[in-house]
Amino acid sequence: MDAQSITAFVASTHQVFSTMLSLTVTAGKPYSCSTVPLFESEVSGIIGMSGDVQGMVVLSFPTATACNVIRAFTGADMDPSSPDFADAVGELVNMISGAAKAKFECTNVSISCPSVVLGRGHRVAQPSDATCITIPFACSAGQFSVEVAMKLAKSAAVPTSTSAAKAA
Amino acid sequence: MKVMLVDDSKTMRSIQRNILIQLGYKEIEEACDGQDALSKVSAFAPELLLVDWNMPNMDGVTFVRNYRALGGKSPVIMVTTESEKSRVVEAIKAGVNNYVVKPFTPDVLSQRINETLSRTKAA
Repeated sequence: MDAQSITAFVASTHQVFSTMLSLTVTAGKPYSCSTVPLFESEVSGIIGMSGDVQGMVVLSFPTATACNVIRAFTGADMDPSSPDFADAVGELVNMISGAAKAKFECTNVSISCPSVVLGRGHRVAQPSDATCITIPFACSAGQFSVEVAMKLAKSAAVPTSTSAAKAA
Repeated sequence: MKVMLVDDSKTMRSIQRNILIQLGYKEIEEACDGQDALSKVSAFAPELLLVDWNMPNMDGVTFVRNYRALGGKSPVIMVTTESEKSRVVEAIKAGVNNYVVKPFTPDVLSQRINETLSRTKAA
């Protein structure tokens, strides 16, 4: 995975949190998904990518952070076991993935409907043939991560991040 | 004015509903996907529809094509994460009148709604 792809996910996460939650997020240094994570995942929203880019995006939180984030998003305190809580987490990962894929102008990428996993210390298995990077984030609601596993389909052009190209 | 919200996310429907209420819209119907929306449009007769693209059972663009084929003439605003030019063109060809990319601010949604309704009145 190239730096431009990571930049696209950092930018989209920043955009979603600032626009929809009024939260400013700070990205940490990305690391390989095989590294021991900075925190134990307790709530994860998952989106699949298909087409020119294949892979998966996982938005993971400790429960306390997830509760703070969902309160900022919906304006309500929610029980993490309620369907509405999962729905809100799913919508967040949907917006992050959608905004990031829009920056890959040269590619035709579709995203799936989101799934949400709850449970202490769970781990989402990524495709073994895809490069997987974890991007850690911090904000006033707590710390969380966006894990991105992706590979180019054989017929696909190399994705270009619009934002990265503009910045260069 | 009667407004229909079509989105598989209850959270997103709730956010949009709150914005619409603040703008003074009171008659609001919700649908959780294109199929659900198609089953409700005849009875509710919306005067404006806000429609997501990626939904289970029937996506937003397929819904809009079906709605137009059935004679539905009310303006449709697509509210979606799909922002690539090719997608926007596909949506407009299907009969979408305006477009809002998620994430959005209340001001952007409000502006698009006013813009869309003004254009429709002028036409």
